[in-house]
Amino acid sequence: MPKVTIDGQTIDVAEGTTILNAARQIGGELVPPAMCYYSSLKGSGGKCRTCLVRVTKGSEKDPRPMPKLVASCQTMVMDGMEVASKSDPSVVEARAGVTEFLLINHPLDCPVCDQAGECHLQDLAFEHGKANTRYEFERRTFEKIDIGPYIKLHMTRCIMCWRCVYTAQQLSPERVHGIIGRGDHAEISTYIEKSIESEFSGNVIDVCPVGALTDRTFRFKSRVWFLNPMDAHRDCPTCSGKAVVWMYGNEIYRVTARKDQYGEVHDFICNTCRFHKKDRNDWVVEGARNIDRHSVISQGHYAENAITVV
Amino acid sequence: MARKLLLEHAHVEGISTYEVYRKHGGYRSVEKALKTMTPDEVVEEVKKSGLRGRGGAGFPTGMKWSFLAKPEGVPRYLVCNADESEPGTFKDRYLMEKIPHLLVEGMITASYALGANTSYIYIRGEYSWILFILEKAIAEAYNAGWLGKNIMGTGYNLDLYVNIGAGAYICGEETALIESLEGKRGNPRIKPPFPAVKGLWQSPTVVNNVETIAAVVPIINDGGDEYAKIGLGRSTGTKLISASGNINRPGVYEIELNVPVEEFIYSDEYCGGIKNGKRLKACVPGGSSVPILPHYLVCKTASGEQRLMTYESLSDGGFATGSMLGSGGFIVYDEDQCIVRNTWNFSRFYAHESCGQCSPCREGTSWMEKVLRRMEHGEGKMSDIDLLADVAKKIEGNTICPLGDAAAWPVNAAIRHFREEFEWHVKEPKLCMERNFGLASEPVAAQQ
Repeated sequence: MPKVTIDGQTIDVAEGTTILNAARQIGGELVPPAMCYYSSLKGSGGKCRTCLVRVTKGSEKDPRPMPKLVASCQTMVMDGMEVASKSDPSVVEARAGVTEFLLINHPLDCPVCDQAGECHLQDLAFEHGKANTRYEFERRTFEKIDIGPYIKLHMTRCIMCWRCVYTAQQLSPERVHGIIGRGDHAEISTYIEKSIESEFSGNVIDVCPVGALTDRTFRFKSRVWFLNPMDAHRDCPTCSGKAVVWMYGNEIYRVTARKDQYGEVHDFICNTCRFHKKDRNDWVVEGARNIDRHSVISQGHYAENAITVV
Repeated sequence: MARKLLLEHAHVEGISTYEVYRKHGGYRSVEKALKTMTPDEVVEEVKKSGLRGRGGAGFPTGMKWSFLAKPEGVPRYLVCNADESEPGTFKDRYLMEKIPHLLVEGMITASYALGANTSYIYIRGEYSWILFILEKAIAEAYNAGWLGKNIMGTGYNLDLYVNIGAGAYICGEETALIESLEGKRGNPRIKPPFPAVKGLWQSPTVVNNVETIAAVVPIINDGGDEYAKIGLGRSTGTKLISASGNINRPGVYEIELNVPVEEFIYSDEYCGGIKNGKRLKACVPGGSSVPILPHYLVCKTASGEQRLMTYESLSDGGFATGSMLGSGGFIVYDEDQCIVRNTWNFSRFYAHESCGQCSPCREGTSWMEKVLRRMEHGEGKMSDIDLLADVAKKIEGNTICPLGDAAAWPVNAAIRHFREEFEWHVKEPKLCMERNFGLASEPVAAQQ
């Protein structure tokens, strides 16, 4: 089992573990942020460059440091490797640089964005961003597109993480959407606005780290931090039926998959569960979902509202 | 007269046809390699020659070949990178247009050395007419029995294909090229795994520049030791230089890698001096992505030594006072040229060609382009100069592929060496629209 030291903390991990996943096993402040990597999506990662770390010692066998910062989500741990994450000022500076790049064309329309409160770019900007911008040009904008009856694509907010592309490719039998254009005019698109028709298409909303893909059935209904996330399940013939229902009183406002503290879903859920089962009687509510991210959602008052849930 | 290995017969009438090429000693290296040498001996010969990759990075070719993984039962591929898109570089185009059979011959010998039975030439979309030249050459080589099954009765099989790109600079990056060759979007892959382990169709692959593969021909014909005698130190052999800019004789020159830069610019054998008798202002010695050198660092290094056209001498002093040989795209600027405009031009190119996969390059290149456009049009601010340097610094080294570095280096170097000129653009917003900051005009001194 390779032994790796990240910011002074040592852990034994399985062969083939990435630095990012090793850091997640340790947990805490040293975990690099990740905007594009998604463990369950094959091929994801390496693109956003927010998870950069410095490898100060390559391995026990070859102790030379790596010359450049490396993407921790793509770099495998070697035995005896030593990694500097948040402890290295140059790493923090590089991440701040990437954060600035991600924000220069972002509309910063958080006050009207459904993702606000559970947005990874907000978290990243909070940690690494600055209050003002050095960018003085017109920001890149796109028309909003409806991808089918359930999903809204707002490319202006997109950070090009490719997660939704991998999700659609890996969950549905045929490829229906991808990236067109290149450079800073690259965009996520379905050809000729063709709708995504897979029964699992709604999962692209869950994997999107920002508000580029949002749930049309939940659009502008409520801020997420006013809702109470509850673990719930139902007997679903298509998916596992294990989901989180977001409730206000006795009313279900939206349904999402169950995510861990890094925003990664445990089980992808089907569109029927996500978009059509919004009646309290559709679900067996298990209890309040433990939100252990430093998110505003965890500020919700479970105790008061939990009374209405039986 | 310098020795020529690649372009020796470039001016022979009809050299692009098989008969004439063969008459001038063509395909001798294939005969020699296939009949008298084992593949490992060919690799050994290339190692001995000290040949370094001619595409820009200058990595020793023999070493690259020896890194190729050779698992049982898995095919290996050789891919020729003819996606020559670096601004200021046009040597491969000249070579392929004039002597296409040299590339075909090199491909056969190199494929044999690597044990590849299928090889590809990936050519950029804009070179559409060269596609036909190469396909004709390949058809002639098939007819003459140099390609196909059981070549010359040796039992070695090789199929050679030309694949045309769709006009993206990024497809010159080897993993993006492989993706494009596989029919996908030309995005660079995340490394490792390197192509030598998992390249084309997830099989071990070597990607080499056109000129590198062509150089294999003289190396096998005359021996690696003979090739290594040309040049200086670790810069062995000859190199094609694409000379352009304000010079009297722009064109492609084959030089031995020990010619002084001063001689290359001023000798009548090469560039023939600066056009209209003007003074030298700056020089980009290796294609648009390498750092620009101001006139006082072109012919001499910072330590006062004569600067030579070698990998080592051109990078003497690191990026602070040196540059790189790169792909050999030698661009000369006379005293009247505007460095800000030139930097903007380069930046515009990189912003347009960024694949958009990783954030620093996607957002940073177009940000730099916008700031430089503003400066060049007299709308810049003094803080823009440091902003540019900072953005460039945050791109450099943090991207998936070297395009980010290539975009950042020219901006960094221009600011390092020509800061005064950037400041002049801010201070004189009207004047900078009317004329350039020339050496002759010395506007800053005049104002003070």
